Formats: sequence, C-alpha cells, structure tokens
Amino acid sequence: MNQEIDIQDRPKYINPYFGGVLLGLVLLITFYITGRGLGASGAVKSAVVTTVDKVAPDHAEQNTYMKAFITDDHSPMFNWLVFESFGIFIGGLLSGALFGRIKKLRIEKSPSITNKTRLFAAGIGGILFGIGSQFGRGCSSGAALSGTASSSFGGLLVMLLMFGTGYLVAYFFRKLWI
Amino acid sequence: MGPLIPQGIIPMGWDFVIALLIGIAFGFVLEASGFSSSRNITGVFYGYNFVVLRVFFTAVVVAMIGLQYFDYFGWIDLNQIYVLPTFLSPMIVGAIIMGVGFVLGGFCPGTSYTAIAIGKIDAMVFTGGLFLGIFLFSEFFPFFEQFYYSGNMGSITIGEFFGISNNLVTLIFVVIAVIAFYVTWRIELRVRKNMTQYKF
Repeated sequence: MNQEIDIQDRPKYINPYFGGVLLGLVLLITFYITGRGLGASGAVKSAVVTTVDKVAPDHAEQNTYMKAFITDDHSPMFNWLVFESFGIFIGGLLSGALFGRIKKLRIEKSPSITNKTRLFAAGIGGILFGIGSQFGRGCSSGAALSGTASSSFGGLLVMLLMFGTGYLVAYFFRKLWI
Repeated sequence: MGPLIPQGIIPMGWDFVIALLIGIAFGFVLEASGFSSSRNITGVFYGYNFVVLRVFFTAVVVAMIGLQYFDYFGWIDLNQIYVLPTFLSPMIVGAIIMGVGFVLGGFCPGTSYTAIAIGKIDAMVFTGGLFLGIFLFSEFFPFFEQFYYSGNMGSITIGEFFGISNNLVTLIFVVIAVIAFYVTWRIELRVRKNMTQYKF
C-alpha cells in the first residue's frame, strides 16, 4: 500500500552522468587550485584528535598516531579537510533545500527490518569505515575517487577492493536493503 | 600555471575559503545526484540502481582526462599534484573493511554528511560510528603500527605499476567506463522488472 505513495514521493535526482561530469569538474578544479583532491574522513579524524586532546591532553600527546596531528600553534580543527567537509554539509543543505528533500528527522531503511536494526547496522558500518579509512589512507573520496583520478595505484586498489568486497558480502546483508 | 596554491599564485590565506567553497560544490553534487539516500547508494550492490557507478566512473574519467589535457596544454604541473602513496597490505585490508562497512552502513563518509543535512538519523549514527572507529584505530594504533607502515611503494602511479603511460591508463578507463555503463544499464532494467517489493 505504501509502495504507490513511495513511488510518487520519490525525489527527483539529476541525471547521474550529468552529476558525474559536475563531480569530475569539481575534482579537476580542486586539483588545479590546491594540487590535491577531495576528502571526507579526514575531518572526522581531526575531530577525534581534537576531542581526545581536549579531554586527555597527555594521552593524546603519547599516542603515536594522534600526536602527529597536534601542534602548539593551532587546533587540529584548523585543517583544509575540516573546512571542506563543513562545506559538504552546507552543499547538501543547499541541494536538499532546492529540491525539497529537507524534511523532519527520519530513518531510511528496507521495509523488512526495524529501525533498531537499521541504526545498529549504520553504526557498525560507520565504525568499520572509520577503521578502514585509516588503513586505506582515505575513504571513497580521498582514496578511491581522488586517488584514482590522480592515477594513484593505491587509489585504484582501494576502489576495486572496496566495491569488490561490497559485492562479495552484499548477499549476506540483503535484508537490510531489499 | 597550476596548481595555483602550491605555486603561490593564490595566497595561502585563501586556502580555507576555497576549501569551504569546494566542499559546498562537492556536497551539492553528491546530494543532487541522490547520494543522501542509503538505499540509492546500495542499489549498486543489488543491481536495482547503479547511480553510484555512473556518477563515480564519470567523475573519475572527467577528472583524469582533464588532468591529462591540462598537462598537455601546460596549464598544470602534474609533478606538483599529490599522488596518494601506496601502502600495499594495509590498503588492501582497509579497503576490505570499508567494503563491508559500505554494505552495512549504506553510506561513505562524504555522502553521510549530505544525508545528515537533509535529516537522516541513520546518517548521524553512521557518522557517530566513523568517529568511534577512528578513535578505536588511534587507541590501538601501537598494536598494528608496523603493519600500518608496511608495503610502502611510495607515490606510484597506475601507469608506473603496469609499465604503461598514464595517458593509456586514462584511455583504458574510458573504454571500461563505457562498457560498464552499458552492461549495468541492461542489468538494472532486468532487476527492476523482477522487483515487486521495491519499485523506482
């Protein structure tokens, strides 16, 4: 019964190839101006380092991973990727407003699972992405997209293996989506 | 000649303003393409929606061709472009972990920010998970520090790895992309026809 309403209410998105060309141009301009590509997970890393540094400064200084991002003259939040990621949020807000997709807080999921299941899976997915992006030297934006576009072998490797693994395990998690 | 900021053509002071503007453009395109919806994104794994593949592959090809031509016209010095270094084994492990996280979470970090912007609670939980995951990684870093730095191949390009020019790599990408667009279009038509539960 919900299905019909669902179809009618389905938001209109721009043509994916057009979207791809736009994204490619944004990426190209980013390389042209800054010499580097786009990113997303780096901002959360800065937030983690900042939080730990505020709560337990000694602990952060002793951590061999985090101390590399701590300097005396400015906060780890004063970082290119933090500003860029804040921009991603604003960009999403603008597009959402333009196409009428900003609505009250909601959970998107397959009708065959509960909200609790969806949120649990989203949380675990986030944790895995957080860990994986550190080993992978970036996430879908920094490693897979920007890395591959700048002909980095590692970027290509991350892209192929990330999507490849997705296809391998998709069957086991199909209830979450279809 | 680019890149502009590393060459000092645009002063460093503009760095964060530009970061914000680029981020806005990036986020806008992600949301407008449908990446603020996890069920749209994961469609790529079940064959009912290949929007991720279309946007992603088109973007990679456009940026790749653009960089090669910018180089050819002398507009950009490719030697000053950051090439993500390759750390073979940790990157393999990281990509596999992210692949599982992708199917479970339905987002990747960038797309989750745009989904938060339009009010998706699942995206907020996903981003919370990201924070926790990176925190856990940092806390346990000493246990796998050696592994993290292993397999360092430096900033090796795809062309260097396979012993061909990166121009040829770009051409191969274009060919693969066009084939992938066609094949996935056919798959999508079939899958959607047989789908009763979730229609588009």
